Amino acid sequence: MTELSRIWRETEYRYNLIGFRCKNCGRTYFPPRDICPYCHRESIGKMEKVKLSGNGEILSYSIVHDSSPAFKREIPYVMALIKLDEGPSITAQVVDCNPDEVDIGRRVHMVFRKIREDGKNGIIEYGYKFRLD
Amino acid sequence: MSGIVSYGSYIPQYRIKPEEIARIWGDEPDKMKNNLFILSKSVPAPDEDVATISVEAARNALKRSDIDPADIGAIYVGSESHPYAVKPTATIVAAAIGMPLQYFAADYEFACKAGTAGMQNIKAMVDSGYIKYGMAIGSDTSQGAPGDALEYTASAGGTAMIIGKENVIAEINSTLSVSTDTPDFWRREGEPYPKHGERFTGEPGYFKHVIAAARAMMERMETKPEDYDYAVFHQPNGKFPTRAAKILGFTEEQYKTGLLTPYIGNTYSGSTMNGLSAILDEAQPGDRILAVSFGSGAGSDAFDITVTDNIKDYKKYNAPTIKKLIEKVKFIDYGTYTKFRKIIVTGDSVE
Repeated sequence: MTELSRIWRETEYRYNLIGFRCKNCGRTYFPPRDICPYCHRESIGKMEKVKLSGNGEILSYSIVHDSSPAFKREIPYVMALIKLDEGPSITAQVVDCNPDEVDIGRRVHMVFRKIREDGKNGIIEYGYKFRLD
Repeated sequence: MSGIVSYGSYIPQYRIKPEEIARIWGDEPDKMKNNLFILSKSVPAPDEDVATISVEAARNALKRSDIDPADIGAIYVGSESHPYAVKPTATIVAAAIGMPLQYFAADYEFACKAGTAGMQNIKAMVDSGYIKYGMAIGSDTSQGAPGDALEYTASAGGTAMIIGKENVIAEINSTLSVSTDTPDFWRREGEPYPKHGERFTGEPGYFKHVIAAARAMMERMETKPEDYDYAVFHQPNGKFPTRAAKILGFTEEQYKTGLLTPYIGNTYSGSTMNGLSAILDEAQPGDRILAVSFGSGAGSDAFDITVTDNIKDYKKYNAPTIKKLIEKVKFIDYGTYTKFRKIIVTGDSVE
């Protein structure tokens, strides 16, 4: 069974791409961090929530041909390392495209999609994926 | 007066053509195409459902305005394909657009008119001063049994309307509903596909309610068809709304802008609202719109709307227009369609 508490805890961040910014050095992080890895204890109490724009560009990507049963209907699909405009890099699926349309440097924007379903009677997990601009 | 402050739509990019469906089921493609007046229908990707479509539509509505989600006091999502039987879509959408704790929320169901029923209630709450702004969404990933005539049209898409009293781009002058207990179309609890009551679909269902609601509205407002610049009716196929328009005395010029079914199919709860969205994309100050939805079971909601001067400064290009959503598409074959729509019976290697 999917870990409900984790899904619930991460909902805010996964739905809206909420990151944390260190008020000490200005660096932005996603997923959220309690402490800035550069400023260490200087950043304690200085990490603030920041809504990321969801815009970025592809740094690198893989075309997935073999995956878990949950993603069988989407094969082949694209997983990309995306550099968000605010700085952080995240890994996410790029949807609504043929793999040959994807390339390093292409601009993408966040979309709201179903991540996975816990069987036919379990919880449905939603969150961010990306789409080519 | 209260009215539409902002709106946004979303239509999945995949399409299937009636020829492709007819190829599998041995139907005559031209017959299906011409009888239903349908050129293609939208298909949701495997990771899209009513919650994701509603969120995209809601976000598009917010992108076009400066409204703080905290000022949206109510959210109603109308659909007949909510992802959960028990657990609201409305709260998923509210969370995804950043609405804080205190808001009214519910999922609506009245076949294809659940979205417009939500618009009526939001307007009433705004008018009564309960809320500053409210959001009504009509969205569906409708079901059509394989081989059934509904399979040619049942599609996916949705529109979100934000209703309020400030910076109104289209005033809702009046709204009314007509309803009867009619066995024209239904889906029983737990059943994957709906059934239609054959002879009840046309005259006793669609036409009776749509025409009665449109006429009642024109009587109330003391208007005639020629007083409207645009008219939009629920669109189960391309043919019904065209016929309803002609019976009522509307011309093609008035209904063509809001007629989307030939390109995207029947988006059920999204149907009339998507059509209204397409009209608002084109409308000019002073334009008057008659919008009439229809939900099986059965009933119709009518709206008399006047576009205001605020439409001139409205930031509609901050989000995709209906025209743009219709242009950028990917056509799929029937095999891909059945994979996407989970029609194929699968073994343990698929979820």
